[in-house]
Amino acid sequence: MTSSAVHEVGVAAPAAAPAPPAGRSKRRGRSDLGWALVFVLPLFAGVALFYLWPIVRNFWFSFTEWGPFGDSEWVGFDNYAELITDATMGRAILNTLGYTAILLCGIPLAVYFASLLNRPGLRFASVFRAAFFLPYVAMPAAISMVWRIIYNGDFGILNYMLSLIGIDGPSWLSTEGVALVAVALVGVWISLGFNLIILSAGMKGIPVELYEAASLDGATRWKQFTTITVPLLTPSIFFVSVMTVISGFQLFDLLYALMGTTNPAIDKTQSVVYYFFTNIKTGDNGYAAAIGVVILLLVGIFTVLQFRLQKKWVTYV
Amino acid sequence: MRRTALLAGVAATALLLTACSSNDGGSTSTADKDMTAEISYAYWDATQEKAIDQIIEEFNEEYPNITVKTDVTPYSEFFGKLQTQASSDTLPDVFWMNGPNFQLYASNDKLEPVTDAVDPANYPQALNDLYSFDGTQYGVPKDYDTVAVFYNKALFDQAGVEYPTEGWTWDEFHEKAKAISDALKADGVYGTVNGLAGGQEMYYNTILQAGGEVISADSTTSGYDSPEAIAGLQFVADLIADGSAPTLQQLSDTPQNVWFVNGKSAMFWSGTWSNAELRESAIVDDIEVAPLPKDEREATVIHGLANVVAKSSKNKAAAQAFQNFLASDRAAVIQAEAGAALPAFNGTQEAFVASAPYNLQVFLDEAENSSFPYPVSKNTAAWNQLENELLPAAFSGERPVAEVAKELAEKMNEALAEENE
Repeated sequence: MTSSAVHEVGVAAPAAAPAPPAGRSKRRGRSDLGWALVFVLPLFAGVALFYLWPIVRNFWFSFTEWGPFGDSEWVGFDNYAELITDATMGRAILNTLGYTAILLCGIPLAVYFASLLNRPGLRFASVFRAAFFLPYVAMPAAISMVWRIIYNGDFGILNYMLSLIGIDGPSWLSTEGVALVAVALVGVWISLGFNLIILSAGMKGIPVELYEAASLDGATRWKQFTTITVPLLTPSIFFVSVMTVISGFQLFDLLYALMGTTNPAIDKTQSVVYYFFTNIKTGDNGYAAAIGVVILLLVGIFTVLQFRLQKKWVTYV
Repeated sequence: MRRTALLAGVAATALLLTACSSNDGGSTSTADKDMTAEISYAYWDATQEKAIDQIIEEFNEEYPNITVKTDVTPYSEFFGKLQTQASSDTLPDVFWMNGPNFQLYASNDKLEPVTDAVDPANYPQALNDLYSFDGTQYGVPKDYDTVAVFYNKALFDQAGVEYPTEGWTWDEFHEKAKAISDALKADGVYGTVNGLAGGQEMYYNTILQAGGEVISADSTTSGYDSPEAIAGLQFVADLIADGSAPTLQQLSDTPQNVWFVNGKSAMFWSGTWSNAELRESAIVDDIEVAPLPKDEREATVIHGLANVVAKSSKNKAAAQAFQNFLASDRAAVIQAEAGAALPAFNGTQEAFVASAPYNLQVFLDEAENSSFPYPVSKNTAAWNQLENELLPAAFSGERPVAEVAKELAEKMNEALAEENE
């Protein structure tokens, strides 16, 4: 935080220096502002119409009981009062946190793989990079179809391989407790590609001289990795972890496509967004809107928390 | 600028008023074959497009000046879209309706009752009941499905078990299923497979067979806590408990039709909708059909779609003329010949029965003799969700069936009370 503040001051100072006579600059400033607004307006209109306005409306709806055909009745904080005592909601929040935690565990993995991919002289580097990135660009629905077959309890390849070493594997996607981990592992596998791209770019920004100096001093590859790569990569790691937490909290499509609505374990495995969907389906729209507000708050709180904590571990050069 | 908008508004309102009043005059004489109008017809199953286009063509021979514009929306989005349209009074003039959603629309005054030109005697009574609300019929039954047992003769032979017979009982069914599961265990073959995602394929039928009901006839109270309903659920749980049928986890990983089509299950409770897949399957020559086994009585749940007219329709006379045509035997025959669905009009189903080598007549006989309406209320989705949440624990043996049934009935009654507020 402090370092960026210094930057801002540094940038602002030279711009202020060659200021022409006050009257003219003021006028030009105003017309610039007008043009700026003109250019920003189309984008802002879209954001306002499709993001901000729905958020405001959703907030409004969370205080109503909303009939199937748009007729709504103001119920104050009833929906929220019900949410607080709703055990299913508590379970959904825990599931979402668990899923997000497993996703976060994928970040060290991504850092390690990125360092391997960025080794100078690595053959077929672009082939590996494409292979890791592929899951991220593939459609979640298509990926889910494949993983459903892999995870199938009776006929899946995973259980077949386990049976070769004498292990009788469960129905991975329909057994309580196991299902969340199984879904999260697919999530880690998908997000690996995106994380790798960001982290690789971050690594390219680390000066080569540092490694040269370190190896002259006799540092091993592992030592270089832990004392140069990781510390200098922390800004990228921070960005990746913020994005991971946000996407973790929004878990829906993977869960829906992998497990399905009639899965016996879905009730105990559902995420907060999935619970939102369930309530929309049963016509409890006001309650669903309140869940939507909770999701927004959770994402907001965790993101602010991460920005606060970054001071402790992120190194900006 | 504001003034022009105001004027335009006034003009539009005036136009609307005249349009409405002229319709009120017209709706009484649906026989006016020369009326000119454009109406919309919304449905979700694209595979029925051919049959529907032909029906519209023949409709236009009678009413040459009515243009019918079709609007196909996939089922997953159909009712979401319809709800939005209903909120803004822009419903299609004529559209498909299903049981779980019907009362929601009827009770909110979104549908127009059927005209006198429609004779309910032409359709199975259970379907007329399904599309009636407060004693008024709003939908013309279009097609229907009942549930029976498909079985694989080759697997019965392999296990040395005799084929099912007419009038067989729960006990006989269970014995056969268990015997096949035991005999063919090494091949991973089960005696039967139960579709438990929703009640139509399995537990709605067993509850009815035991003499119970899922919901009271007036849709106000749950029937789940009755001893009969509990017996119906227990039967399903017992099949899973002794390995006659795969567990819920196995079913969730591999759906029931896949088990059956791949020769991994000897029996399979399912409806007429499975015919399209089964008659194309590799095991088609081994398939035969038996009626559902009975307990206290023979019973199957019957469900079907209906054609309804929107109350807000601006061309109601034309829409009703089209609905009446859809209600005719001619429209039913076109559907049956296209093999699209089993038409609801009595006596027009031969073409469907002839569409597969196994005995599809069983489904028709059940519809006539032992069918009960599909359980619905004003907000069916709310307690369908409860069924999906609570029943798995009963079927898997995790919790006693009676305990789960009582809890389900309690919560379902709460949901029903809420929708009737």
